[in-house]
Amino acid sequence: MESRGQWGSRVGFIMAAIGSAVGLGNIWRFPYMTASNGGGAFLIPYFVALFTAGIPLLILEFGLGHKFRTAAPGVFSRLNKKWEWIGWWQCAIAFFIVVYYIAIIAWALMYIVYSFNLSWGTNTEAFFYSNYLNITDGPFDLGGLRLKVLIPLIIVWGVTFLVLSGGVKGGIEKANKVFMPLLFILTIIITIRGLTLPGAVDGLNFLFTPDFSKILDGRVWVAAYGQIFFSLSIAFAIMITYSSYLPKKSDITNNAFITAFGDCAFSLLAGTAVFSIIGYWAYSQGAPVAEVAGNGGVGLAFIVFPMAINSLPTMNSLVGVLFFGSLLFAGLSSCMSIVEAFMAGIRDKFQFTRQKALNWSCGVGFIVSVIFATGAGLYILDIVDRFVNNYGVALLGLIEAILIGWFINLESIRGHVNSISDFSIGKWWNICIKFITPLLLGSMTVLNLIEDLTVPYGGYPTNALLTFGVAVAVIAMLSGFILSRFKWAEDTLLQPPKEVKF
Amino acid sequence: MNTSAIIFMVMGITVICGGLAICLGIAIKNK
Repeated sequence: MESRGQWGSRVGFIMAAIGSAVGLGNIWRFPYMTASNGGGAFLIPYFVALFTAGIPLLILEFGLGHKFRTAAPGVFSRLNKKWEWIGWWQCAIAFFIVVYYIAIIAWALMYIVYSFNLSWGTNTEAFFYSNYLNITDGPFDLGGLRLKVLIPLIIVWGVTFLVLSGGVKGGIEKANKVFMPLLFILTIIITIRGLTLPGAVDGLNFLFTPDFSKILDGRVWVAAYGQIFFSLSIAFAIMITYSSYLPKKSDITNNAFITAFGDCAFSLLAGTAVFSIIGYWAYSQGAPVAEVAGNGGVGLAFIVFPMAINSLPTMNSLVGVLFFGSLLFAGLSSCMSIVEAFMAGIRDKFQFTRQKALNWSCGVGFIVSVIFATGAGLYILDIVDRFVNNYGVALLGLIEAILIGWFINLESIRGHVNSISDFSIGKWWNICIKFITPLLLGSMTVLNLIEDLTVPYGGYPTNALLTFGVAVAVIAMLSGFILSRFKWAEDTLLQPPKEVKF
Repeated sequence: MNTSAIIFMVMGITVICGGLAICLGIAIKNK
């Protein structure tokens, strides 16, 4: 019988976990969250969120995956037979995330090519929307396939498929041991280049100057918890799956701390790189940084940053290749982990071979992701991203913390974690899982719900939000129920899960 | 760069890199 696979080394596991956590959000979300939520002062709620929610949840997921040695559906099924659907819901959310996330990686791949001769010209906005995406008038006007998106999309799916075909040790671990050092090196080179430019200081002042009045604003705290939560790949099956491949004698707590610190270190590095270069661009335009910085996200990477690259005195193409290369590697390492998360769920339950589960996962994933290579791809991506994150990942995090915090004996999970780790965690961990995380994630969900009910997200028509947002979020949840109804294969890789009493 | 921005930048780097260094140190020691 084919084995589930196991990490070849501790370094391999940590690299893969950091690779999963470090993604596009570290580069284009963290700097803007910081700058718009109090600058340097934002780091205070950010660190509080890291220690009271991010690291505790990572320890919880690492501990559960390691203890039960199965993917998310198996873990939840063992905690309580009736909870298996939550594990599948997490897998379904992972599926819907990867199908659009991979489209952005495809754009980054294409922009590496464009960087060589700065194909985006002087009007980067018109180039991105009209020349590259050839965007249509709305989400329902698909406008046919865009080959410039479809071809890199096929390549990125191909790379993901090939890496995952190699297995846990021979594929994911090996790839991350190359991608992660490369990603840090590329980002360090961009940072050094940025810091040596005039005006870089203005960018860093914009990023780090503290505005203490913001700390008293509850929404800033919710934003800090959201940033930590979304950045660490928590609550959509990834970290549970990755830790299920750990050998029996493995550390949990220290690995969780290292993963979280590694993710935050990259965020800080990327923030410095991005804002030093934007600072230079503002300086060269004679404009304040706030005026040219934009709002982060897709706009930062594909509109603002190309403009900043244009303005560099030398090495424009090189900085372009490095920047989009770092987006590519950050994205790829996260993308592999997301596919692995739902593929492992299928494999564990239905006793598929790794290759068969991978063929199905990548095949269906590719077909669905083709919609993001149409002229309406960006609109649909924006809507799906908003709803899947807010009413999928955040809601699942909330449910996970409440169910496990209040209905499972946390002490026994803490006992398991402490028995094998480099250092022990105290009762503060129980308090974080039981009270702090549900309170903050609950507040975040309520605030988002109020916002979405008050003003239609992004100004999209209601029927578009219902079709691509609400429907996708509901389909993900229903998929969880449906998949949990199937019987576990008799001769499964694991024994059919038995509920474990805590 | 203004002083308060420097203080917070250094604070961020210290917490993250310090934390990372301590954890890596423990991991190496327990190897």
